[in-house]
Amino acid sequence: MQLTMFCTRVIARKLYVNVSRLKVRHKHFCTDAATRVSGSNCGQPSPEHKETHDLSNNIQHYDIAIVGGGMVGMALACSLASMPLTKHLNVAIIDSNPALGSRPYFNKEDPPDPRVSTVTPATISFFKDVGAWQYIEQHRHAYFDKMQVWDYTGLGYTRYNAQDINKEVLGCVVENKVLHGSLLSCIENTDFQKTIYPSKLSSMTLPPSPSSLGMDSTSSRPPLSSQRHLAKLELSDGNSLYTKLVVGADGGKSRVRELAGFKTTGWNYSQNAIICTVEHTVENGCAWQRFLPAGPIALLPMGDNFSNIVWTMNPKESTNRKLMNEDEFVKDVNNALDYGYGPHPTSSLFGSGEMFSWPRAGVTLSANDCFEVPPKVVKLASERMVFPLSLRHASDYVSKHVVLIGDAAHTVHPLAGQGVNMGFGDAFALSRVIAEGIAVGSDIGEVTVLKKYEAERKPANIMMMGILDGFQKAYSVDFGPLNILRAAALHGAHFISPLKRSIISYASGEQKLPLFT
Amino acid sequence: MASKLGRYSHLRALSSAISINNHIRSPHFSNPNRAPLSFSYRLFSNAFSSSSTGGFQRASSLKDLELAKFASIAETWWDFEGPFKPLHVMNPTRLAFIRSTLCRHFDKDPNRARPFEGIKIVDVGCGGGILSEPLARMGATVTGVDAVEKNIKIARIHADLDPVTSTIEYYCTTAEKLVEEDRKFDAVIALEVIEHVANPAEFCKSLAALTVPDGATIISTINRSMRSYATAIVAAEYLLHWLPKGTHEWSSFLTPEELVLILQRANITVREMAGFVYSPLTGRWSLSDDIRVNFIVFGTKNCQ
Repeated sequence: MQLTMFCTRVIARKLYVNVSRLKVRHKHFCTDAATRVSGSNCGQPSPEHKETHDLSNNIQHYDIAIVGGGMVGMALACSLASMPLTKHLNVAIIDSNPALGSRPYFNKEDPPDPRVSTVTPATISFFKDVGAWQYIEQHRHAYFDKMQVWDYTGLGYTRYNAQDINKEVLGCVVENKVLHGSLLSCIENTDFQKTIYPSKLSSMTLPPSPSSLGMDSTSSRPPLSSQRHLAKLELSDGNSLYTKLVVGADGGKSRVRELAGFKTTGWNYSQNAIICTVEHTVENGCAWQRFLPAGPIALLPMGDNFSNIVWTMNPKESTNRKLMNEDEFVKDVNNALDYGYGPHPTSSLFGSGEMFSWPRAGVTLSANDCFEVPPKVVKLASERMVFPLSLRHASDYVSKHVVLIGDAAHTVHPLAGQGVNMGFGDAFALSRVIAEGIAVGSDIGEVTVLKKYEAERKPANIMMMGILDGFQKAYSVDFGPLNILRAAALHGAHFISPLKRSIISYASGEQKLPLFT
Repeated sequence: MASKLGRYSHLRALSSAISINNHIRSPHFSNPNRAPLSFSYRLFSNAFSSSSTGGFQRASSLKDLELAKFASIAETWWDFEGPFKPLHVMNPTRLAFIRSTLCRHFDKDPNRARPFEGIKIVDVGCGGGILSEPLARMGATVTGVDAVEKNIKIARIHADLDPVTSTIEYYCTTAEKLVEEDRKFDAVIALEVIEHVANPAEFCKSLAALTVPDGATIISTINRSMRSYATAIVAAEYLLHWLPKGTHEWSSFLTPEELVLILQRANITVREMAGFVYSPLTGRWSLSDDIRVNFIVFGTKNCQ
């Protein structure tokens, strides 16, 4: 009995001071949670506990902190701003890009930027829902309703048409800065409370998980602070902020992913991509992709007689091609799109051997279905940029208070133009999950709420990544029987209508699974 | 898993160590401002009865000791993967029903983030506050009551972490005592309580007395059917170990008809009823018309 009394006294002295401080903080929070409390608290300062000084440092509290204000991060912010359940949220956006703070976001007279994205109809409808698509239509953009895919072997080709799925367009090619600027303009036109922090994330402190709290000696535990359920972010310019949810939208080399300890799997493709803008003499209304031995070359319409080139090749060739003079490069491009590396596939009904005539029996070729040669490139209209390509996937997208979207969660090969579309899908799915959580009063940092987002997006993303990786691997081998197999598959995709419709639907984002729907 | 079980037994040990005394509750109630001091003083003198010189210093020290102890245990209740996981998984579904019925009854827009602004709600049998906190986040003025002292302590600690939920008032008391205090609420919610009560009819009369005329009463419980015996007792307690054995007595379950009848006798007209269905494939609960096992009832108090 005496021992317990003694222990109680010892603990009492340490804790009494602690609790008086706790009471003061409690009162402050009860009266007005939003005002910053400055100055020291009443109550004797304890030599044994280090005070966190949160209240005296005026650290701002946010509901959501989006680390990375690129296209996907801003898509999330825009989506939150557009829904009645979430538009009251207080959001911080952390990105050191000066473009976020400056207006206007881009100049209409600028030459076309080589960094473009192909947005699928599903993404277009998301943008329309949040009200951002109207800004894109005011700038350079190019809808396309046709697509042709063939390879260097000349054994097969396929043409996709939007009419096959009763749609008007297969997609739209837009410059990244136009996409980004439209999202920014969209947010500016709402009264969404956002604060932009133009700096980088340097460190992140997450609250301890319940299982890590133990009954260790009370003197070493931090005081029962009200910030224990919030994540703390420290930025490179010295600012700090507290938030319920940290969204990692900071790209393939995500710092949030690194700090939160998410594991990733993946590999680097031994390929680089060269991107540039080129000019034609005629309007280009079709998206072209030819698989060459070293990698595919894609020609995407951008509007105003411009097209974007994404050419994948091995690293040595990419450095050569970046440095060679412009005329040589243009000749190389035309060669790659035309007669270089192999013959044209023939488009006549009874050509190229008996082998491929059986699926075509009874099928008539319309004018739209004939093989066409892409329009000739006459001039290079921008600088050439080179990017290394890799596949990367985070094993988890969520943990308590942290969630990854976009390239931070998954990086893919550009061969099907799906990368940023997957990211936009993530952003809109996450905002919907957050809205559903708020509708039933949940704490948005809680894993059970966030897991719904992961359960929705992870399988879809993994399937898409598997398919894209499969394509990349299938087309990277030049082996006779495999070439024929590929060509047969391509033929099948071209002539078996249900399969073709399935593929187009899946690639447009209209369909969840590539087959069986 | 072993560590979680260890902490659970700690909870049980704690409840026996600190005796819950009815005596303590009334001063706490009548003098809410002075309550914390006198409350902890009494508790201290009960636990360490030999000491008569316990002054202010020691009284608050025991409260701090309890706070410190309960701090880590509170997380077990709020550990979403811990022993209370089934309740956490079911919670959003219950809240969806509450949100839709109360918004319709009080004519509030469900698409606002805080539709329950200005509505006074009492959560009878609040436990650790799993229902009270989301209701507070939806804007309601929430009072949580529970007969078990340790639950109230846990609920208080967790609610104080977030400024939005720290406005919840928690009392360790019963519905009958609240009626004696002549408290009235716009909505009275008692989820998964009535099957543990000795006299359900009297309990419903108390709930009705707490509701203002034309106020809302929401009760959820488990049906008394063969199917519920198989799922809620055999499967949940003995096979899946979702609940400790003996949590529920099948004979004290109420059928929907019985519940509607006793509510009617208590002047509450049942307006809507729904069932909860668990899908083992997705691991999620959903609202449905199937009231064979878990069901929830929304009623309004007749205006006299």
